Amino acid sequence: MSAAAQGTSKAAHGDVAPKKKKGPGALATAYLVIYNVVMTAGWLVIAVGLVRAYLARGSYHGLYYSIEKPLKFFQTGALLEILHCAVGIVPSSVVLTGFQVMSRVFLTWAVTHSVREVQSEDSVLLFVTAWTVTEIIRYSFYTFSLLNHLPYLIKWARYTFFIVLYPMGVSGELLTIYAALPYVQKTGLYSITLPNKYNFSFDYYSFLILVMISYIPLFPQLYFHMMRQRKKVLGHTDDYSKVE
Amino acid sequence: MDILALEAKSQNGAEAEKKPTPKPKPKAPKKAKRIVYFEVEILDLKTKEKLLLLDKVEPTATVLDIKSLFHKSYPKWYPARQSLRLDPKAKCLRDEEVLQTLPVGTTASFYFSDLGPQLTWGTVFLAECVGPLVLYLMFYFRLPFIYSPKYDFTSSKHWVVHLACMCHSFHYIKRVLETLFVHRISHGTMPLRNIFKNCGYYWCSAAWMAYYINHPLYTTPHYGQQQVNAGLYIFLFCQVGNFSIHIALRNLKAQGSKVKKIPYPTKNPFTWIFWLVSCPNYTYELGSWIGFTVMTQCVPVAFFTIVAFVQMTVWAKGKHRSYLKEFRDYPTLRSSILPFIL
Repeated sequence: MSAAAQGTSKAAHGDVAPKKKKGPGALATAYLVIYNVVMTAGWLVIAVGLVRAYLARGSYHGLYYSIEKPLKFFQTGALLEILHCAVGIVPSSVVLTGFQVMSRVFLTWAVTHSVREVQSEDSVLLFVTAWTVTEIIRYSFYTFSLLNHLPYLIKWARYTFFIVLYPMGVSGELLTIYAALPYVQKTGLYSITLPNKYNFSFDYYSFLILVMISYIPLFPQLYFHMMRQRKKVLGHTDDYSKVE
Repeated sequence: MDILALEAKSQNGAEAEKKPTPKPKPKAPKKAKRIVYFEVEILDLKTKEKLLLLDKVEPTATVLDIKSLFHKSYPKWYPARQSLRLDPKAKCLRDEEVLQTLPVGTTASFYFSDLGPQLTWGTVFLAECVGPLVLYLMFYFRLPFIYSPKYDFTSSKHWVVHLACMCHSFHYIKRVLETLFVHRISHGTMPLRNIFKNCGYYWCSAAWMAYYINHPLYTTPHYGQQQVNAGLYIFLFCQVGNFSIHIALRNLKAQGSKVKKIPYPTKNPFTWIFWLVSCPNYTYELGSWIGFTVMTQCVPVAFFTIVAFVQMTVWAKGKHRSYLKEFRDYPTLRSSILPFIL
């Protein structure tokens, strides 16, 4: 969800007239193209997996299990993007990208994987669907940008779909965390209490609540940032849509 | 006289040094010298709007003088808050720069930007240090609403907890006294929001550490008194070392002097580390916190030590680099913070 905002600086960079900014070298570009193609394919696999599972079962429930492994693999793979920023082949901020990728990885592993009982919740399907559609568009956007042949449709989709997908993903994530709370409290998952020889304590339950609260300031900022990016990148559509 | 004045005006005010015999001129109340006065124009950096035009500015005026003049017209923007540049993309001019040495004609344009409300570094340092001092004591005395009510105002039965309180308090009292009496802070001010950032970090870290060390369920170090003593000795050694370095740095130059000098070891053995390290004050500070960590065996303290280490390394490397740039004969054996390693 928040990954929609990721690389917007890159998008803006790709869309604005070529400045005298030195992009990644040929080798780095080739690697990035391969990376983005692989990620696009991976998320397509997840999308297809979801559809097939739905058709096979005839219901929306419990579809997580059918795409659990590719989801974990490809979402975790996104950690490489932090490396890309750190090394400099992608012009985004390491901190921003890191934050966004880590929030996804956190939800995948520290919530959904760790608390088995939430895996059958519908909220999981909500955010998985949002992530899947977002990532397919995002990675194909990057692929085409790198090859300098970006179809307008993809650009439009990247800067338009988020309007629905972002809130959808956030809702799914929040509902999932909320559903996990009682189990975390009951089992004391990932928590450490005093006394212990490290003189340290951590309450995962409280931590999850803090995470949920943090969505309140963060989500609007990221959402409106994407809105502003949309105006900037797709600017001229505003003129056409103004019908007096 | 007039012709000479015109000639001087077309040059770069270098003629200002010549002093013809002082003759009272019936003209404008200038001094009877061939000083070329500058005209200074101050523009807003973003809007390029003309904010102020100063004429008859002495060529020997400094950037600070110009800032003071600007402050007169705009009382809200005191000099510390002003950033003046010769070009929108250039760096801020230092206060000491003299007008006539700048690469400008006799009409100089400066771009102004507001740095926001400023605080002196001294103020910020004090706030950063007084907070942890007070907060730790609040936890030590177990004021209400921190721990379970049955523990309010009780005292820990572990000797190391009392020792830790003494060490922590000593450390911050020392810092406060150094800020007041030892340090010579060359930078003027920093933006207001920094105080929230810095204090937030120091105060929250202190509270976090103090919570666990003074907790009724605190567990004493695994290796007992030996471990506590080892931690204590390291801590004290490094505190003395840190203080020695601060004194040595203070004695390096006289108050107000702008001359930069390389710090060298003095007779005090604690300063001999200068042979190996550029910023031994950070080295000793790190050592103090390692000692404190060992003494209390507390993960939050270890955490704080690691973060402090990272931050101080960044500062030390910056300082080391500026030493290398400033002095051609800078000792090559020195590392920035850890001898031979970093």
